[in-house]
Amino acid sequence: MNGGAAKIWALHLGVLAALLAAQLVLPAYHAGNLARIMVLAVYAMGFNIAFGYTGLLSLGHALFFGAGLYGMGMPVALAGWGAGAGLVAGIAAGGGLALAVGLLALRRAGVSFMIVTLMFAQAGYLTILYYTPYTRGEEGIVIDRAARVLMGLDLSQDATRYCAALALFAAALLVNLALVRSPFGRVMVAMRENEERSRMLGYDPFRVKLAALVLSGLYAGASGAAYGLLFGYVGAGFASIQYSILPLLYVLLGGAGTVLGPFLGAALMFYLIDLSSGVTTAHLLVVGAALLVLVLFAPKGILGTLRDRGLKWLP
Amino acid sequence: MEGLVTSAVLALTALGLALVFGVMRVVNVAHGEFFMLGAVAAWFVTTWIPGPPAAGFIAALVLCPLLVGAVAALADTLVLKRLGYDPDATIVATIGLLYVLQQAALSLYGPEARPVEAPFTLRVQLPWFGYSGYKLAVIAAAAVVLAGVWLLLARTRIGLVMRATQIDREMARAFGINVERVYAGVFALGAGLAAVAAVLIVPIQQAHYLMGQDPLLLSFMVVIVGGLGSLRGALVAALLIGLSDGVISVFFSPTLAKILATLFVALVLVFRPQGLMGRRAA
Repeated sequence: MNGGAAKIWALHLGVLAALLAAQLVLPAYHAGNLARIMVLAVYAMGFNIAFGYTGLLSLGHALFFGAGLYGMGMPVALAGWGAGAGLVAGIAAGGGLALAVGLLALRRAGVSFMIVTLMFAQAGYLTILYYTPYTRGEEGIVIDRAARVLMGLDLSQDATRYCAALALFAAALLVNLALVRSPFGRVMVAMRENEERSRMLGYDPFRVKLAALVLSGLYAGASGAAYGLLFGYVGAGFASIQYSILPLLYVLLGGAGTVLGPFLGAALMFYLIDLSSGVTTAHLLVVGAALLVLVLFAPKGILGTLRDRGLKWLP
Repeated sequence: MEGLVTSAVLALTALGLALVFGVMRVVNVAHGEFFMLGAVAAWFVTTWIPGPPAAGFIAALVLCPLLVGAVAALADTLVLKRLGYDPDATIVATIGLLYVLQQAALSLYGPEARPVEAPFTLRVQLPWFGYSGYKLAVIAAAAVVLAGVWLLLARTRIGLVMRATQIDREMARAFGINVERVYAGVFALGAGLAAVAAVLIVPIQQAHYLMGQDPLLLSFMVVIVGGLGSLRGALVAALLIGLSDGVISVFFSPTLAKILATLFVALVLVFRPQGLMGRRAA
């Protein structure tokens, strides 16, 4: 088991080190993309905590991402808060909404849970549009350069932005890794595999699922708030249904229930859409086709398949 | 009057969704796209067929549901069947289908909204105000189709087989029913109903590649409020929602009305999953 732990730490720290080195090698365009991918990967990791580990397929995660985005953006843009306070507010908004949605939606399971989360997210999206005078609706808010300074670091600079994205990603990855190796992580998986049996063993499914969902919301909120700070834009489009589907796609592609899967899926999908938009404008077709192909031929994603084919130690 | 037209079309669309969910236990997120496909196909058919608008329209009314039904049956055989009708996997797959169909319509048909001419422009003139004859015809046609579906389900062998499959898939298979063919047929019928609704509405609205979104959300509301899988509940709910849609938007802004309706439906599903009608899901 000790050898396994060493391998796991070596792999994940290796990935982080490679990402740290990548900014020195990669041209500016790809470094910018990678920063974006890392922030989106945090969102996907949050989705994975709910979907991949606990078995909660939510179709409304854009609500939590949007909560992070606007929870940060509104106080910063309208009330002149600092970036640090905005970040905390965004994370809290994501977690708080996840708690509220979880308290209601977790009374239902399966298909009903998916539809309830979808409906709540849609209501949230419409609410943002309804308060267009404050939120600027589809047009969005541009966060001033001056407001995007965190602990003396100007986040609008390419290099600091990359490092900030990496720091967030690293923190999220390590917490995720520690979580799934902890006893609580195992209870989450137990809920996914057999809820009745876990209940019989004395675990309260509602509380475990609620905790997982709130954690997932915190991740999504952190990702949303960071996205707004790093790229200086807060818009209603990020709360639309499409942004609920994207993390699902990332997680399915990379491998549900794996720690590195969300990052791998986000990176591959980002470049797939990026490359295909050079050839055709129909990038939604790529998203749709990818979903169909994944669900049909590789429901476990890349890392999930690798794990089945011999890399059993992969967390 | 407007409310009744909305209700009629909504009832057809939602019935398709309820049928698919009831018999197959599949949440078809791509249902709105079948609606859109019907409308777009209606535009193509009416444009290609020469002669008076009525001829083209009747051709569309017959051809489009068949076409959309065929697409749906194909999707069922190629995708849903291979997933073993697992609820999680099918919902993801139909989301994929939604994007594929939407993008296909955008690429082949274009981003414009295009009108389809109504087959006739009769106005029913009453002493105090007039009615558009076509809208009355839409309501009548929807009622006929709904009655037809009800007869099919309640009185024929096909309906019997469908209900048997719904109640117990394994037992139905044991009695020699080809469950896979029933599923393909139900999926096609559900999509076909959406297409009929779309063809009927297209002279009033216009055909557009994004037009599937609203019917999808409204149908979801109808099916949830009526009780998941209950066809009679869906019908009553369609009438209610279609009529109240107009009334609510008189008092509130449309966006606020949508927010309230969405939250209401979500709460119904949380607290009364059997629907407001209080019946157990049929």
